[in-house]
Amino acid sequence: MTDPQPVDSGAPPRLPGADELDAVRRSVVLETAVRLVFHTILVFSLYLLLAGHNQPGGGFVGGLVAGLAFVLRYIAGGRAALREAVPVDPGVPLGLGLVLAAGTGVTALLLGGQFLESGKVELDLPLLGIVKATSALPFDTGVYLVVVGLVLGVLRTLGAEAER
Amino acid sequence: MSTRVLLPLPVVLPLLTAGLSIVLARYQRLQRLLSVLVLTSVVVIAGLLLHTADTSGPAVVQLGGWVAPIGISLVADRLSALLLLVSATVLLAVLLYAIGQGVADGRRSPLAVFHPCYLVLAAGISMAFLTGDLFNLFVAFEVMLVASYVLITLDGGAAQVRAGMTYVVVSLLASVLFVTAIGLVYAATGTVNMADAAERLQDVPDGVRLVLGLVLLVVFGIKAAVFPLFSWLPDSYPTAPSPVTAVFAGLLTKVGVYAILRTQTLLFPDSEVISQVLLVLAVLTMVVGILGALVQDDLKRLLSFTIVSHIGYMLLGLGLASKAGLAGAILYTVHHIVVQTTLFLVAGLVERRGGTSSLRLSGGLQHVAPLLAVLYLLPALSLAGIPPLSGFLAKLGLLQAGVADGGVLAMVAVAAAVATSLLTLYAVGRAWSEVFWGPVADVVADPDRSDSVDVGTARTPRLMVGAAALAVVGGLAITVVAGPLYGLSARAADDLVTPSRYVEAVLR
Repeated sequence: MTDPQPVDSGAPPRLPGADELDAVRRSVVLETAVRLVFHTILVFSLYLLLAGHNQPGGGFVGGLVAGLAFVLRYIAGGRAALREAVPVDPGVPLGLGLVLAAGTGVTALLLGGQFLESGKVELDLPLLGIVKATSALPFDTGVYLVVVGLVLGVLRTLGAEAER
Repeated sequence: MSTRVLLPLPVVLPLLTAGLSIVLARYQRLQRLLSVLVLTSVVVIAGLLLHTADTSGPAVVQLGGWVAPIGISLVADRLSALLLLVSATVLLAVLLYAIGQGVADGRRSPLAVFHPCYLVLAAGISMAFLTGDLFNLFVAFEVMLVASYVLITLDGGAAQVRAGMTYVVVSLLASVLFVTAIGLVYAATGTVNMADAAERLQDVPDGVRLVLGLVLLVVFGIKAAVFPLFSWLPDSYPTAPSPVTAVFAGLLTKVGVYAILRTQTLLFPDSEVISQVLLVLAVLTMVVGILGALVQDDLKRLLSFTIVSHIGYMLLGLGLASKAGLAGAILYTVHHIVVQTTLFLVAGLVERRGGTSSLRLSGGLQHVAPLLAVLYLLPALSLAGIPPLSGFLAKLGLLQAGVADGGVLAMVAVAAAVATSLLTLYAVGRAWSEVFWGPVADVVADPDRSDSVDVGTARTPRLMVGAAALAVVGGLAITVVAGPLYGLSARAADDLVTPSRYVEAVLR
């Protein structure tokens, strides 16, 4: 999605999709900076998502941080650059997130527990050692996806009006 | 199935389906099918819950296995289960109507947001009825409101956005007050679990308890459109598409009424002051509301004022603070949810047929659409309280309770209730004579052909009429089963006057 473009001699490195913007609205500094930090921010948001179980973080914060990465991309490259980065309808992460979060609760019911009761598995994986995963993780992932979908939806609908 | 599984389902099933519905936005038939299926199953589940609550006491589930008062409890006692059943049925009928109308298809709305939002609204309403936790009640209100913000401005026209702004600002203000009230309750008792708070509030000084009770009354008073906090309602409801107005009119204010019933009987029982306040508010709400309705020219605005007015009856029952009063209030709530929704559905049909909901511009509709006339007349007479319809029976229960109370204020309230009933008859009768009698008026052309609602057309989908007819029949069914239903209301009221049952069920 974000492979570096073949760079012509002297042309600034650009965000995919940003060339649809008017030349006056583009900024080499911003586009380059966004290309540098975009993935770092996404990885950090995943860290927050995973760390959230017993450290500061969680699905909501993680989703917001990931949302910020997309906001940056939108600011630097406009709607087209955002579409390049996330080629799906904002409803898809939103809906899937809701299904995942609600589904976690229902799974607990199906397994004979109380609604939203949390369970955990401990695995001894090669290289990683003992890994503990709780059912709060899929729930949090659902929240993460809902927040990301929401940010994308806001950017796409409000942004479409703002760019007109 | 056990209550462990059943109790969370009315909340979680609509949410789950809402998620699916967004993902499947492109497949509109599937969306519709899913919505109908899930709301039908909520109706069935609510019926099962009501049966359980009635035969073996309040059903309780502690979410996530965290025992109350630490975790969140869901509780289905007779009152919650009864209102859940009625509201789920009404939601289903309105959904069918909306599908018929094609609002659901949203020609202008590419995201097809109607179904997901409608389901989220359904989840919020179920959660508000089932929760046993004050903060979770706040969450339920927010879930409901967020969905309603979208629904009320579904077409995005200027009038809708203007009306929507009023609605959003008032609702946000109420939410801020609500959180503040919860903070105060927590500061005073150290808990937000309603059963736990009910026990601990007994040790709180009377003055503090009174303040808490009144703050919560203001919060829910805004939601329920109680005098003097009702003026947002007639301004915001009528502009939305008819199915949306119908479901708001029938359900959202009643969720506020339910919250008042629940908190005042559970947390602040036997408060003489609050009872007096409630009776005064009941009188003012009834009278001011119906006087407002008398001068309206728009059918939907007229009906919006009758919502306000008739909220007064439910407050009257609660203000009497007797078992008979509460039983009357519960029966009245059930009756009013069904009848008010039906009237708005029919108003939508009237607007569709005649091209306008203005009383002045329409006329003679009984000649062109006789079935429509019948569909309007039955719920309208029921609203006014003509025997033997359900409105009469519910009012009779309240009036008897008021007379049995015998206090001066109660007698004043009874007199106001009778006067309001007569004025309601005048208001709906005037609408009847303007819209259905007289010479046949010209059909008003659709002012905006691009929005999702067509008006001024004789093409009325059978599903719309069918859904409205279903709602009318539902109203008549309440009349038929009024005996057992009053018995159930009386048992629910008995639960309310002995809050220890609720507390025992949740905490032990």
